[in-house]
Amino acid sequence: MHALEKILATKAGKAKVATGEIVNCEVDWAGINDLYLQTVRSFKEIGGKTLARPERVIMFMDHYAPASTIMQADNQKQFRTFLRERNAGYIMDVNQGVCHQVLADHGFSKPGQLIVVTDSHTTTHGAFGAFGTGVGATDMATILATGQLWFRVPEILRITFTGTLGKAVHSKDVILHVIGKLGADYAVYRGVEFAGPVLARWGVAERMALCNMTTEMGAKCSYIHPDDVTMEFLKRKRITGYEIMTTDPDYKYAEELTFDVTGLGPQLAVPSSVDNVEPLKNHLGQHIDQAYIGSCTGGRLEDIGVAARILKGRKIPSTVRMLIVPASKGVLLEAMERGYIRDLVEAGATMVTPSCAACLGTHQGLLAPGEVCISSTNRNFPGRMGSTEARIFLGSPATVAASALAGHIADPAPLLPD
Amino acid sequence: METRITGRVFVFGKNVDTDQIYPGRFVEITDPADVAKHVMEGADPAFAGACRPGDVIVAESNFGCGSSREHAAVALKAAGVGAVVAASFGRIFYRNGINLGLPLLVCPDCHDKVKAGESVTIDMETGEITGPSGEVVARAEKVSDYMMDILRNGGIKPMLQRRLSQGG
Repeated sequence: MHALEKILATKAGKAKVATGEIVNCEVDWAGINDLYLQTVRSFKEIGGKTLARPERVIMFMDHYAPASTIMQADNQKQFRTFLRERNAGYIMDVNQGVCHQVLADHGFSKPGQLIVVTDSHTTTHGAFGAFGTGVGATDMATILATGQLWFRVPEILRITFTGTLGKAVHSKDVILHVIGKLGADYAVYRGVEFAGPVLARWGVAERMALCNMTTEMGAKCSYIHPDDVTMEFLKRKRITGYEIMTTDPDYKYAEELTFDVTGLGPQLAVPSSVDNVEPLKNHLGQHIDQAYIGSCTGGRLEDIGVAARILKGRKIPSTVRMLIVPASKGVLLEAMERGYIRDLVEAGATMVTPSCAACLGTHQGLLAPGEVCISSTNRNFPGRMGSTEARIFLGSPATVAASALAGHIADPAPLLPD
Repeated sequence: METRITGRVFVFGKNVDTDQIYPGRFVEITDPADVAKHVMEGADPAFAGACRPGDVIVAESNFGCGSSREHAAVALKAAGVGAVVAASFGRIFYRNGINLGLPLLVCPDCHDKVKAGESVTIDMETGEITGPSGEVVARAEKVSDYMMDILRNGGIKPMLQRRLSQGG
């Protein structure tokens, strides 16, 4: 069995599961996001009364943090009431940040866990050796009422990275390259495992970005076998009570692919799909109106740090609005501690409270018709960050910061140390 | 669920994501009737006005990719869409649709075989899609027994309702 299959087997109370089998699993962490009040509606429609495992339920007020309309405020209010009445384990309110980063910051993400959140980017938790997957509201209502959910055991695709990373090339560039080569539906219904020597170059933040973006290939979940980097993270955060699953040597992957990253430069997903990927150099000089660093993909401490290194002591031109949205309270505090926030604000950036903000086009930095944004987020669909007539380029946080400084799409390499 | 679904065809391309099916700025709306007013608005703002009960969406690959928002499936269901036939589906959308009792069929070439505006009939048992004169124009994959069971029950909610009321 694969490690991911072993997680499902353990949670289903079975010794063995096979690809394609449908299994009913006990969920370790059930995460709900504030934009899906349908969860509460569905829970009531199915006759749910109490939470099956209240201590395993985590509410995230992240997509509307803080509320920008009366309706959003009312949805959040209904959630608070519903969950407090049922003694839900955790209510991560509007002061906490984006669900996936909060799960990592607080030690919920750890090897062997089955993490289900009403957010498509729950694949992120594969970075910690967990089985993370996103579901809709009615599936979440099922978990709330029963503690369990059915899963089809997925085929698994292994992607191995070899070669040497170039200057200013981050995991975001590499995963965009992969998605561009394979397509937005390549991994639909499948799990994606990452392996190979290049992984050792990436810390937890870059791995989270990598696993997070498998959602944009359609993946159900992702996986990186816990290694020295993972163990160091767990030790530093004093995280205990986890089980590391290992893949059996005779496990047969549905497919194995190798990508040599040698010679790869920074990449961009160009409007308006995530698999529409081109080398950054094809678009140098493209005018931008907004530069955005944030989200569960590109709003971590390291992402804000690289932007601060590029922008410290410099000025962003008045033609560009630069938004910085730390992924969580923990990220914001550490970025303040390290002086990144001061450097960025002095350079002309606008701070937004830790949240999903404009990444999904609901509030806090929306785009007008005809505007162009370069963003460290995960989707450039039409209308994703505002007007359907706005255009979004996706790149690494370093590319976003270099572009903000130049006033047009620019290469970060000359601005970074060797 | 009707075993045979007949409706006019609306054709869409590949990677129609849930932001196009239901734009993010309307996610705060929760009443299904109000949600339905914005169905497909990000892909075709005229769709909500033109769609009649039973109409069929035919799309290329990866329909419903992107965000987990169940609003996308709620909007299609509440607007009366009879079925969606696509070369493939985004996996969360697929679960959401089936959970709500919205027939979703996988067919690699239906979008090449039908024209917008013509009437088709889908046989849910066999996956056969017939054109206006009764000829089979495309064959969808048979829906798995597990999913058909949910669809026959009108979605997963009535099934869960029974399970919970039996204390199981």
